[in-house]
Amino acid sequence: MLSIERLSRAILQPITLAVTDGCCVAVHGTSGSGKSLFLRAVADLDPSTGEVRLDDVSREDMPASDWRRRVTYVAADSGWWTERVGDHFEAPDIAAGYLVRLGFHGNVMSWPVSRLSTGERQRLALLRAMVQNPRVLLLDEPTSALDPEATAKVESVLHEKTAAGVIIIMVTHDAAQAKRMSEQRYVMDKGSLQEASQ
Amino acid sequence: MNYIALSHWDIALAATLLSINAGLSVYYKLGTARRLLVAALRMVVQLTLVGLVLKALFATVSPWLTLLAALVMVGFAGREAMARQDRSFAGFWSYGLGTISMLMAAGVVTLFALGTQFHAEPWYDPRYAIPILGMILGNTMTGVSLAIDRLLSEADSGRARIEARLALGHPFRQAMQEPLKSAMRAGLIPTVNGMAAAGLVSLPGMMTGQILAGVDPVQAVKYQLLVMFLIAGGTALGVFCSVMIALRRLTDPRQRLRLDRLQLP
Repeated sequence: MLSIERLSRAILQPITLAVTDGCCVAVHGTSGSGKSLFLRAVADLDPSTGEVRLDDVSREDMPASDWRRRVTYVAADSGWWTERVGDHFEAPDIAAGYLVRLGFHGNVMSWPVSRLSTGERQRLALLRAMVQNPRVLLLDEPTSALDPEATAKVESVLHEKTAAGVIIIMVTHDAAQAKRMSEQRYVMDKGSLQEASQ
Repeated sequence: MNYIALSHWDIALAATLLSINAGLSVYYKLGTARRLLVAALRMVVQLTLVGLVLKALFATVSPWLTLLAALVMVGFAGREAMARQDRSFAGFWSYGLGTISMLMAAGVVTLFALGTQFHAEPWYDPRYAIPILGMILGNTMTGVSLAIDRLLSEADSGRARIEARLALGHPFRQAMQEPLKSAMRAGLIPTVNGMAAAGLVSLPGMMTGQILAGVDPVQAVKYQLLVMFLIAGGTALGVFCSVMIALRRLTDPRQRLRLDRLQLP
């Protein structure tokens, strides 16, 4: 259970939201409305006020790095800090098991990062976060650079995660995807999070 | 010591070399004549004043005046180091970062040199303290400003990379490993190059000055070695201090990357 109480920062109006285990929440809204800022605030990557608790433990009660391992943000633009793809993974063996399911063939783990396409980076960044077994995944447009086929593959892996109890909050511009993936849907408008009307 | 005292005419004659340069600049429309002239004038005025100040300072041998002169020097160095950066911290730390680390590094190394190699009487004799501090400070300043500039610009341009690691739960120190290494390297390169090329490519300025002033070359070399070690030690210490302070300022207790604390010039 992830509970967010009066979470607020610069342009965000206080947000209160509770997400039960295995639930997926979709957030959409125009660019600059504060969707990414919201996810970043939950991950504690920017200073914010209010309280965020996971299974009744407040994020302030644990070191920030422990919190982010449990509540992991995957940015829209992935960051890569060394040459080789595999060196970005904590458990390359576990990751390798997912590669084919995400549409990869061959030994991607030994590739240089520069060889990856934007869509490949996006999927690998998600995988990198997923194999650390977080309780909550905060996904910022996780399939924006993918074709329908690759999107379906990612969604199927994400469904498997929620079935195992992982909580997902995803920002998406794709209304159909929001319907496919989520039980709760919200709209972000000028920093204020409202329940979607349908 | 037998050295050839210079007259004002000797200096003026040397300055005419600059006018050749200025002439070329005007002819080829390089636009450097004015800056060259201003810089040369600044140098003449600054050094003449410093000469007078030092003469007065050396005559009095007062610990307080020496300390005051030292603090003024550190203050100017802090300002210069700040002015050379593309990005700096906002508020007090834009100036405080370089100044504090240089005060620490140059202070420690100068006191070390005064206490061990130079048995001056009294130990704070400005005739020794001020030139040593000046030399260490000048080099530490370059190192510190290069290191901070590199650290802050890499933190800024590498934001996606750094925050990707933070988001995965890496500690801040680890997420900053690459910018940190690169900043330390940038800060120390001038010193390392200076030591490596000394004697082969260039005769260091201080040694040349001493030889021209009639000092035995072997003695001049000893002095130069001493000064080079002091400079290298001071620069390394200053670069390390400033990078560590900057690293702390770039984050907070929740291990976030706080680029909001930076400002553009």
